[in-house]
This record gives sequence, structure tokens and C-alpha cells, in this order.
Amino acid sequence: MSDRIREKLNILADAAKYDVSCSSSGGTRKNDNKGIGNSHTSGICHTYTEDGRCVSLLKILLTNHCIYDCLFCVSRKSNDIKRAAFTVDEVVDLTMNFYRRNYIEGLFLSSGIFKNADFTMERLLLVCKKLRLEQSYNGYIHLKTIPGASDELIKEAGLYADRMSINLEMPTEAGLKLLAPEKSHADVIKPLGFVQQNIVQFAEDKKLIKHVPKFVPAGQSTQMVIGATPESDKDIMYTANAFYKNFSLKRVYYSGYVPISNDSRMPVLGTQPPLLRENRLYQTDWLMRFYGFKVQEILNDANPNLDVDIDPKLSWAIRNMQHFPVDINKADYRMILRIPGIGVMSAKKIVQARKFGKLRIDQLKKIGVAYNRAKHFITCADSPYQLKDYQGTQIKAFIMADSQSKYLKTDNNQLILF
Amino acid sequence: MIYTFDGSLSGLLTAVFEWFERKPGHIKLQLSDIFQPDAFTESFEVITNEEKADRVWKGLQKKLKKDWQRTFYCSYLSEIPEAYNHLFQFALYIFESADGASANFGNDHVIALSKYAKSVEREKHRMEAFIRFQKTADGRFYTSIDPDFNVLPLISNHFKNRYADQQWIIYDLKRKYGLHYDLNAVEEVTINFSDGAKTPNPSPALMDEKEELYAILWKDYFKSANIVARKNTKLHLQHVPKRYWKYLTEKQLA
Repeated sequence: MSDRIREKLNILADAAKYDVSCSSSGGTRKNDNKGIGNSHTSGICHTYTEDGRCVSLLKILLTNHCIYDCLFCVSRKSNDIKRAAFTVDEVVDLTMNFYRRNYIEGLFLSSGIFKNADFTMERLLLVCKKLRLEQSYNGYIHLKTIPGASDELIKEAGLYADRMSINLEMPTEAGLKLLAPEKSHADVIKPLGFVQQNIVQFAEDKKLIKHVPKFVPAGQSTQMVIGATPESDKDIMYTANAFYKNFSLKRVYYSGYVPISNDSRMPVLGTQPPLLRENRLYQTDWLMRFYGFKVQEILNDANPNLDVDIDPKLSWAIRNMQHFPVDINKADYRMILRIPGIGVMSAKKIVQARKFGKLRIDQLKKIGVAYNRAKHFITCADSPYQLKDYQGTQIKAFIMADSQSKYLKTDNNQLILF
Repeated sequence: MIYTFDGSLSGLLTAVFEWFERKPGHIKLQLSDIFQPDAFTESFEVITNEEKADRVWKGLQKKLKKDWQRTFYCSYLSEIPEAYNHLFQFALYIFESADGASANFGNDHVIALSKYAKSVEREKHRMEAFIRFQKTADGRFYTSIDPDFNVLPLISNHFKNRYADQQWIIYDLKRKYGLHYDLNAVEEVTINFSDGAKTPNPSPALMDEKEELYAILWKDYFKSANIVARKNTKLHLQHVPKRYWKYLTEKQLA
């Protein structure tokens, strides 16, 4: 019995790992029924795999049997791999016992499509209901919405899940058609929109009626595969931006493609996943969500791809030197946030602290500013006089000369002549 | 001049009271047990007094918002000798300034406290993340820890709320006390380990019969979730420093 469950877990965890979302944040469920589980608003990463990714949830497929044949997916119909399926009780038992030992923050349940969308969605819903109703479980549940499932099933699932997600898979419709002719972005947009409408509706009702049940309290997310098809960074981020806007998504995930197939339409087996590119995309995502940047400022027709050698914030600053230097002691918060080397925490501390007196270099360093980077873009109480105005390209060279990239093994710096 | 105190929070707060009663000018606060008198500096031993401490704490509560009260308490739990002096100076600074002075991140003591508190909160969060319970034969969930800072008071509520329907014990081996939740309330306990051992894990004989199975399943899961093509040992170590591996079931060899 235990050997069989081990085998299933190995197969179905392995098949689920390419979904990168593992966040357990945004949950609001409180343990008010003396049951088990209490959400932690910011989420908790309980461990990290050797690839450095957080493990917060038990991320498994209910089954890896699938009627679809999407090229980018390990579970595609034509792939010759071992297949397995959990029973509903097995998933419940694993979740409860892992949760009780503080291994996990909750369950991330996805599935291959077997028979049809409704049949699959029903099973997923059953797991959620058993956990919530029979086990008094208040931990986190991230549930995949199965495209094509009926509105009733999706709506009911929303009452038990904390987060729901559907993956866009490819950043553009053309890319998706190339690798998964049976699918389209419209299949994703419809259920995303339906869940979003309900989230808004429940929130409206909550204002009028006190006891409205929770509906997907941690919101929705999606994922795009990066590097399997030839989209530019601009294509990717414009799509992400549109989905953030139109569906109030909590997160868009970018998953560097790990080659799993020998098809001629995709990168060959053994190609390194585009980790650096993925990192730059996440940096851009953060700039959009937390630093007040518009996506058009970072990526546009003149700059359709992100710089590889420097991060997008520094890259923007160098292209827009007319905004600098910024006076730390006077500029408003939004502008301070745009200075390379200053993050959200430091920016907040700066605007609080400067009320007590003009800030000096040593204070900025203690506050946590990366001064060696920021110094090219700021003035403060004791900034040294500078006779010369440096060009953006010169500043870039200065910064690259005294920093080292995690990704590039060999420096591609050119010597500066002047 | 140097003030010495016994290391308790009340002692530290009493020291603040004594300073305001005497106004001796600039002084330094030190722990009594590591204090080394020298010929040129006067010293004064603060005798902990709950009443005086209470008055100072009430005063601080009036001057500080909730988040800064917590920062103050967390810094104290760091148990770092220099932190005590910063806490003392910080309290004087707060009492002598207008309201809202804790926002002055240009001040050495303000920034020092926010750094100590950050370290302590991080350790607290790590304990919430990295603790692994083992189910014992009598149905309790047990774990022992030896955190860098004294974080048991900070994690108590988290575990009480989360595991409300199971009995659990979290024992701090370094500070020799633990928390026990009996389905109603959390109590402080001390355990006399008969063998005097510091082994974090009770012997397998005392375990629930299914404990081993779930540990194995978890280890399997941990391996399956890894993507070999993305191996990044540096990042892995950054997130899970080696000193925490002893807690993690998934990091123990078969």
C-alpha cells in the first residue's frame, strides 16, 4: 500500500512541478471553528528545493492522464510516461498529514484533463469540500480552474479555494496555436473573467450583508512559459500588463522553458532554461506592481527587449538621465523609488527620516541604500561636488566595473577611455 | 558611567527609571554577569523593580505606536549584549523627544533597533517555516529547536491558532524551556531529559506508527519537486542556511 502511494506521489508531484506558482499569500481564512489551519497573510515558504525555489504548498496533479496533446507539457497525450491518479481520499490524507507536521502551508491541486472538463473539475471540487467540511481544514488551497468546466462548478469551487489560476501558457495567441492547436487564449479569458466577476460581486454583497462567504479571497494568478516560442520581452510584458489590468490578477508567473521534448518547433533537449531572462522579466513585473513604473516606460518599440547585463530599473535610469540627480532631501516618494539602489523599504525610511534633518551619506548607507549604485543618481546633504556631468553610458560602465553578475561568468565590460 | 542590570526586560526598564531619577548624563548599560569594573569608570547596579519597570513601559506605550512597541520587544529578545545599551539609549531618546521620534531613521539607536528587530523577526519566521513536528505514540506533536534568538514568545500564537485541534510541544534546547499546547491554552514547560541528551529527535520507539511513512513521503515529494536543469545551490543555501538543516525532515539522510 505504501509503495503504491509513494509511486503515485513521485509521478504526480514530478508532473506538477513545472507550474512555478507556489505562493501561499493573501489567505484570510481564520481558524474560528477550533479546527486545523490558520492562514498566514504573507504566506510561509516551508522549504526550498535544490534549484532554489520555494516549497510552500503540496503541489500535485490529481492525475496526469490527459486528453490534450500540448507540446510544451510533460503530461501530453503522446508522451510515453508512467501515468497515475490519486483517489480523492488519498489527496485529503496526504494534505492533512503534511499540514499537521508543519511541512506545508496548504494544497496546490491541478490535474490533467481526463474524460472532460466537468468530470475533472468535479473531482477537484470534491477534494476541496472534503478538506473544508469534513476535516475542518482552514489551510491554504490553490486550485486550478479547468478551462471549459461549467460555471456552476467553477463558482462552487470558488467558495472553498483561496486562490484559483489558469495558465495562459504562451504569451501570444500565435505562440499558443503553434504548440497547442487545440487551445486558445479565449478558453482562458472566459473563466478568468467569470471568477473575477464573482469576486467583485461577493465583495459588493459583503458591503450590504454581514455574512457573505469568502470567494477566492487570495485572488487569481496565471503563468506564461518563456523561451519556448520567439516572443519579445515586450510581447510578454504587454500581455502580463493587460491581464493584471483586465482581471485584477494577483500574480503573473514567468516560467523559463525547460526542454522536455524533441519536437522541431521547440528548443532542443539539453538547452539551458533561460534563467537570466526569467529574472529580468520578474524584475520588470516588480517595477510595474510596486515601483509605479508603466510598462511602456520600460519596454517599447525602441527597446523591445530587456538589457541582459543590467537590471531594468538601472536601464530606465540610464536612458532617462534628464530626471537625475534626485535630491534625497526634497524629491517626492515616487521619484525616490525610481533611483537605482533604493528599494521600497529604504525609500519609506528616507521620507520619514528626512523630517528630522537633512540626510547624509553615512545615514543613507545605514538605512540600507546601495550607495555605490545610488551615488550616481542622487544628491544629499554631504554629496561631494561634481564638476562633470557623466553620460548614461559612462555611469553604466562605472557600475558594471564594480559589480559582478550572478549569471555572466565572464565580464563583457569594455575598458573606458575617458 | 556604567549601569549594570540582570538581563531581564524589567531590569532594563528599571534602568531607564533610575536614569531619569538621577540624570547622571551619558551612561552605558551593561549586563551584570559580563561587567568588568575598571579603575576610571563609575558603575551603578540597577536593582530590578517591577513597579518602576511597569511605569516606564506604560510611558513607552504612550509614546510609541504598536509596531514600535513590538520592535522594542523583539530587539530585547535578540539577547545581544550591545542591543541592551541601544534599547536603553533609545528609550531615553523617545522620552526626551516629541511624539513620532521613532521615525527618525537617521538616529543611530532607531536604526540599530530596527535592524535587531528585523533579525529577530526573520528568525521567528524561520521557526514558523522550518519546524517539523513528529507525531508521538501518545498522539502529541513534538519538536525541539535551538534558535539564534529567544523567539518562543513570538511564535506561540501562530502555532496555537494554526494547530488548535492537536496537542503540541515546541522545546527550546538552548534556553531550556518549551511551549506545550493542551487543546485549551499554551503553557511554558521545562523537561528533564533523562539521558541529558541534546538529541532533537525522540527515539523511533516513541513514535506514532505512521510517522515514518509520512516522513518518507515528504522526502520523496521534496525530491520530485526539484527541477534538476535549474539547479542553483547558491540560492538554495541562501534560503535555507545549513544551520537549519537539522530541523528539516527532508534534509535528513534516509
